[in-house]
Amino acid sequence: MSDLINPTKITTSSRKLWSFHGGVHPPFHKDDSNTLAIKSAGIPDKLVLPLRQHIGIDAEPCVSVGDKVFKGQLIAKHNHHVDQQDFSANIHAPTSGKITAIEEHSIPHPSGLLANCIILKTDGEDEQSESHKLAPFLDYKNTKAEEIIERIEQAGIVGLGGAVFPTAVKLAGSRKTQIKTLIINGAECEPYITCDDLLMREKSAEIITGIEILLHLLNAKECLIGIEDNKPEAIEMVRSACKHNHHIEVVSIPAIYPSGGEKQLIQILTGKEIPAGGLPLDLGFLGQNIGTVYSIYQAVIEGAPLISRIITVTGNGILHPQNYEVLIGTSFAYLATQAGGTTKMADHLIMGGPMMGFTLDDDDIPVVKASNCALFTSSTALRESNSAFSTQSTMPCIRCGKCMDVCPAKLLPQQLYWHIRAKDLEKVQEHNLKDCIECGCCNYVCPSHIPLVDYYRFAKVEIRDQKIAQEKADLSRERHEFLLFRKERDKRERDEKRAAHKAALQKKKADIAKKKSESGEDDSSDNTKADAIKQAMERAKAKKQARDESANKSYKKEDDAS
Amino acid sequence: MKFKTNTSPFFSSENNISSVMLQVLLALIPGTLVLFYFYGWGVLFNVVLAVIFAVSFETIALLMRKRPVMPFLSDLSAIVTAWLLALSLPPLIPWWILFIGVFFAIIVAKHLYGGLGYNPFNPAMVGFAVLIISFPVEMTQWIQSTSLGQPSYGFVDSLRIIFSSGITPDWDAITMATPLDEVKTGLRAGTPYAEIIQQSPYLQSTIQNTWLWTSLAFALGGFWLLYKKLIHWQIPIALLSALALISAIMHLYSGENYSSPILQLFSGATMLGAFFIATDPVSASTTPTGKLIYGASIGLLIYIIRTWGGYPDAIAFSVLIMNMAVPTIDYYTQPRTFGHGRSPDTKTSMNVKDNKL
Repeated sequence: MSDLINPTKITTSSRKLWSFHGGVHPPFHKDDSNTLAIKSAGIPDKLVLPLRQHIGIDAEPCVSVGDKVFKGQLIAKHNHHVDQQDFSANIHAPTSGKITAIEEHSIPHPSGLLANCIILKTDGEDEQSESHKLAPFLDYKNTKAEEIIERIEQAGIVGLGGAVFPTAVKLAGSRKTQIKTLIINGAECEPYITCDDLLMREKSAEIITGIEILLHLLNAKECLIGIEDNKPEAIEMVRSACKHNHHIEVVSIPAIYPSGGEKQLIQILTGKEIPAGGLPLDLGFLGQNIGTVYSIYQAVIEGAPLISRIITVTGNGILHPQNYEVLIGTSFAYLATQAGGTTKMADHLIMGGPMMGFTLDDDDIPVVKASNCALFTSSTALRESNSAFSTQSTMPCIRCGKCMDVCPAKLLPQQLYWHIRAKDLEKVQEHNLKDCIECGCCNYVCPSHIPLVDYYRFAKVEIRDQKIAQEKADLSRERHEFLLFRKERDKRERDEKRAAHKAALQKKKADIAKKKSESGEDDSSDNTKADAIKQAMERAKAKKQARDESANKSYKKEDDAS
Repeated sequence: MKFKTNTSPFFSSENNISSVMLQVLLALIPGTLVLFYFYGWGVLFNVVLAVIFAVSFETIALLMRKRPVMPFLSDLSAIVTAWLLALSLPPLIPWWILFIGVFFAIIVAKHLYGGLGYNPFNPAMVGFAVLIISFPVEMTQWIQSTSLGQPSYGFVDSLRIIFSSGITPDWDAITMATPLDEVKTGLRAGTPYAEIIQQSPYLQSTIQNTWLWTSLAFALGGFWLLYKKLIHWQIPIALLSALALISAIMHLYSGENYSSPILQLFSGATMLGAFFIATDPVSASTTPTGKLIYGASIGLLIYIIRTWGGYPDAIAFSVLIMNMAVPTIDYYTQPRTFGHGRSPDTKTSMNVKDNKL
């Protein structure tokens, strides 16, 4: 019926889709983990909450060691200065317990970094306190947009698709321009990951409400939800949940990696290319991830802050792959135990997918807001090629161009590689390395198994360093030039001063001489002076002769006498 | 618990150079078999000997360069080079000519330039060019095709000819110039094209049977490579189109003085060159537009050298000349990067920095 009322809905199946250049079809391994419902991972003994789980700067702790905290209580406050591009997001206690330390702990980071974390010893009570609760906005449509955005900020929501950009900042910025189309990213193109899939299946109504809140906030008229066609159940569920709202459309898109890249998804759905260095905002688009939308629903309708997330625990290194609802701060080790424990095959623990995730060297590392997947896997299952555990050796590049065929940024990976090897960074920049999204497609197809993405990361850092060095050099050159100028100026000023002084002295002398010549009669006085000197000298001579024996005293006495 | 670390992507496909090269070799089989059918054992001996020489040279070069031997030998690239060179040479050519050709291909053109992936020139064509300059007589005399009713040489006879110290006394009797050569000689002498073909039943038969079928067999292998996406379509299609176009124009302009496009496309090494030689990824242009320019230029050069140059066939020289132009072509034919230029909305991106969140 609704189809008849809203003719736009009829075209759902016939919506024109575009394709982006390249892409690959790796084995998706979605079935490993998407057959079971989301399960709660429970409350571990200890939670480790990094102060920075978002893009930007550390949040400021607002509890001290020894404090008792309640579930949902704010423990670290955002302190961002949006003007200075310093962002941060609130962090809440995922459950009740006691703060035992605020100290450095290893966090999920490619380089195994340590960072400031709040350590929470849980008490298992999961106790909430009325004073720390946020009031739900049940009637969000009659609530001011600013208030809702403030709520999203209070709830500490960040982009859960992986970018972890503070959502409130993004929304506030988006409100400055008119958003035409809200793009909801349910593509989930990375192999192995199924957390958004399961969330869409189980929380479709909540997600749609979240989208409606966003549409209300942005005053946007259209929302497209892009979901890859390898998730038919999710498409079905979300589609039926949004039947009542003809502004929202679920679009089934072909499964191809990386369709979930923001720019790629926008191109698939609208045919528009986001300009290099630009934002979707410039073309009137705003992208949000499924998980983020669900968190927005929770914050606005339920008054619940972001204290847990869905994470896929999967791979051949884990006994019972499944999706879990996990409290932020839970260690990967605890998570592995919940999923039946690791097997002998668990060579790697990858946070995120096998294409763009990163390895963790230890499982005593907390799940953070950005963690969408814990992939415990063997090297061989991935046919890993670019490592010491490689099953296939790296060969020279034969310029076959397979990388070029799959590059979604339409770069020439083979030429980039060639110029990076030659350390010709100028050519590398001419080939637009900065547009590389590091999706790994080139690496994936390379018949020579060259770790291309590593080369690109290296070159990006080199180029940045070079730029900084150049800026530094420019600055010191400027300083040096200014120093020379200043020396020159000082010298000139000094010379001028000296010259002026000299002139003044000469003038004074001349004046005196003039005065003298004016007064005239002084010849006689000169004679008397000369006589006096002569007499004094004679006196002195006489005295000197008299006191030849005690020379020391003589001078003083002579002085006294004179 | 501790885990091993690495950098993304961790996933990789099953592609590898050996399988790419192996499929190229498979694609060469139909053409090789048709040549074997028409020219007998000499074709296979060429291939086998060239492969043996190539593998030996490759091993020696790798050892001298202190490179791991097995990974590089098993990439099969030396075998592909040898195979291509062997197919370009007349059957029953003395073994030592083959030896010299393979030496220049593998040692000089490939390893002296840094081995697999680093050779600016197509190794097989370097070998071929050295031979055709050094041994023009032996290189342009092909034994007569069995399509002319000549029995092909047996296994033993073929071996005897290949390993005999020099050209056998009856060499002239059993060999003939290639059709391209004969047509060229005829046209130079002022004979109209149609007459040249009609005058010689041998020539007619060689063109219509031997070379047509051989070309079709190589084209079949080429299309299989295209289907398997092992080569890009741009080079062969541009090459064949350019060659067909210019020869058609010239033939229409003067049918008496210029051979037909059919002869140009289906004789000599046109098809082998278009699908297997010009497409050698290492030495060819690598950008999509660059490949079109590269392929079309080779097609034009083939026609120019065949028609006005001193050599009957021209694949090797055309390919080698264009190899030199590859770095320049590639530099000026970069594809439009995602989000750059052309997009109607690009101009709005200029003020991006101001309203960046």
